[in-house]
Amino acid sequence: MNINSEIIKPPKKDIFKSGKFRSIVIQSIVMLLFISFVLWVIDNAATNMTANGIAHGFDFLWENSMFDIGYLPFIDHTPVDTYFHAFIVGILNTILIAVIGIFFATIFGFLIGIGRLSDNWLVSRFCGAYIEILRNVPLLLQLFFWYHAVLRILPRAKNSLNAGDSFFLNLKGLFIPKPIPETGFNSVLLTFIVAIIFIIYLIRWAKQRQAKTGQQIPIFSISLGILILPVMFVSFLYNFPLYFEQPVLKGFNFKGGIRLIPEMVALLLALSLYTAAFIAENVRSGILAINKGQIEASSAVGLNRIQILRLIIIPQAMRVIIPPLTSQYLNLTKNSSLAVAIAYPDLVHVFAGTALMQTGQAIEILAMTMSVYLTLSITISLLMNWYNRAMALKDR
Amino acid sequence: MAQQPTVTLPPGRDNLKKPPVVSIGFLGWIRTNLFSTWYNTLFTLLGVYILYLVFPPLFQWAILDAVWSGEDRTVCEWYDEDKVKYRAGACWLMVKVYFNFFTYGFYPDELQWRINLAFIILAISFSLMFIPNFKKKHYVGIFLFVFYPFIAFFLLSGNESLGLEYVSTHKWGGLFLTFLLGSIGIVFALPLGIILALGRRSKLPVVRLLSVIFIEFWRGIPLITVLFFAAVMFPLFVPQGVEIDNLLRCIVGLTLFGGAYMAEVVRGGLQALPKGQYEAAQAVGLGYWKMMALIIMPQALRIVIPGIVNTFIGLFKDTTLVFIISLMDLLLTVFTTNSNPDWMGFPFEGYIYAALVYFIICFSLSRYSLRVENKLMVAKQG
Repeated sequence: MNINSEIIKPPKKDIFKSGKFRSIVIQSIVMLLFISFVLWVIDNAATNMTANGIAHGFDFLWENSMFDIGYLPFIDHTPVDTYFHAFIVGILNTILIAVIGIFFATIFGFLIGIGRLSDNWLVSRFCGAYIEILRNVPLLLQLFFWYHAVLRILPRAKNSLNAGDSFFLNLKGLFIPKPIPETGFNSVLLTFIVAIIFIIYLIRWAKQRQAKTGQQIPIFSISLGILILPVMFVSFLYNFPLYFEQPVLKGFNFKGGIRLIPEMVALLLALSLYTAAFIAENVRSGILAINKGQIEASSAVGLNRIQILRLIIIPQAMRVIIPPLTSQYLNLTKNSSLAVAIAYPDLVHVFAGTALMQTGQAIEILAMTMSVYLTLSITISLLMNWYNRAMALKDR
Repeated sequence: MAQQPTVTLPPGRDNLKKPPVVSIGFLGWIRTNLFSTWYNTLFTLLGVYILYLVFPPLFQWAILDAVWSGEDRTVCEWYDEDKVKYRAGACWLMVKVYFNFFTYGFYPDELQWRINLAFIILAISFSLMFIPNFKKKHYVGIFLFVFYPFIAFFLLSGNESLGLEYVSTHKWGGLFLTFLLGSIGIVFALPLGIILALGRRSKLPVVRLLSVIFIEFWRGIPLITVLFFAAVMFPLFVPQGVEIDNLLRCIVGLTLFGGAYMAEVVRGGLQALPKGQYEAAQAVGLGYWKMMALIIMPQALRIVIPGIVNTFIGLFKDTTLVFIISLMDLLLTVFTTNSNPDWMGFPFEGYIYAALVYFIICFSLSRYSLRVENKLMVAKQG
């Protein structure tokens, strides 16, 4: 057979068709387009700002803010304080809402999620209806519903809804007892912390011991004892140094205690009930993700119901639940910015609202506001990636 | 106890031992589902008690005592000679009076047929998409995504040369505006999401980096700040003298925000496709764009239909936030009537109506997405 030498000659290398060259060209074009777009935007912004006489730079942060913030559980803000101070106050108020909201949403979400899987038909249907209704109605609508409808039909201070003479709910908000530490409270706190550290070491030791000898100790009751007894003892020594100041009706209003303004109550109700519906779905799918064989196998090796729950179900379900749970926490924090709709003084309302109106420095203020949320999101997603890697099932 | 006699069953059904009456039928169902253990009994009793506390008064308020027709608020709330206030149940009359406002906003009454027409065209083309044996779906799809937005725009805002009176976007509002903003989520955000997802999976580092930054930026900030951004920063970013319509600003903001979420959904679909699909497409000599358009995307998008629908539901609910740049969507129309002196003091009725509308839309969409998901699961197993 005659082999045609023409055919097997290697093809001529065409630099314009090589993948590397093309990739460099495409990337340079994209980069060039992107940079020119950014420059165009900056140029426009600069011209517009000079034309409208808007200042730029971050000097305004150190000027007096000239406004009051109505509600400050942590620190005071007066008109002579700076804008930067208002920024910090806004962040603190956002964090406050987020932390309390997450606390209630978690508890409620787990209860509803477990209830959805209950073998009691009524409970399961009830939880199902809760999830579907709350998930399919916009959060802002729910917020308005609580704030403009439900909290508006509350009685005045004189006829407050009363729970145990400590909690009062009326048009002015929710009044709760205020814990006031007295001398010796620090010692109680210290005892508590030491007890917890001790328990952590105890659990570790018990685990090692079980791995070595196979013997178990009733770790739960021992830990509970270590936690409660010394704390009770020290508290007793100092004559229970935590005092609860009860809110008391004086004239037309309540004195003492902590007042949660209606805006905050509505925001907490809306955020935690709404997020709880999503958390419930995550909890449900986490529990359903466990293979039935796991439970059968653990019964077969002789674990009792509580042991199955503690050693088999919860660890595996949590592995599935925690990543979406974190993103729900993040959503709740981001959704807390809806506070601006009912004028709860969170970061967006105080800084991107009032401060922006006064200074007109939109770019700086929005950049600062966005970077707070961005920092939070990125930190949490990095932590989540780390967690997922640590918890991923290791093939053995 | 007496010794159990050994039973030898003669032929014939009559003598067969029946299960006890409490373990079958209705009674059996109640026993296993409501009273299986002592704590389940407790829960059931508690639940029945709560239902008893909540439902009769609610029924009384919402149906029996409710006002369905009348002239003005005096039929819902009135005073006797001693100035004592009386109040009927739910005042659905208020919703009836404002129904037109809740649906069309300030859009002129005599021009509302244009909105209806646009909606009917949309509804017909959408229902064509769901007919199983209809062969020309892609034509309908192209019509919906490419031509329909223009038709709708001309119908809604009007065009003097076509003989349609101009209606400023300030007058757009109500449920109609909510639908409009929601459909932005599909019409603009989905294509943007597809491009971003491709960018994030690209082999070119620059493209990938830019896509990642873009996606993570919009996903990391709350929609409220996006809308603030759209309201106060967009005007600064365009050349002097260019006015951007308030509605357009909002649409751009929603598109960027929704696009970033859609991108992550589409990326999930791209990652779920087996590598062999990519390799096979390359082996038959398809270039990048042909491979994506003909082989990868049709499959990837089909896998993530449930995800797309869920993201859409989220976007649809989020359109309520446009109140921040004072666009009159359904929620804001309800909110405004609350502060209207004629009908002040009936907040529950308005919010319940709005909640019902949102619920019906979002719930049916989520059921649809669930059905598609189950179908896909069956297809995968079978």
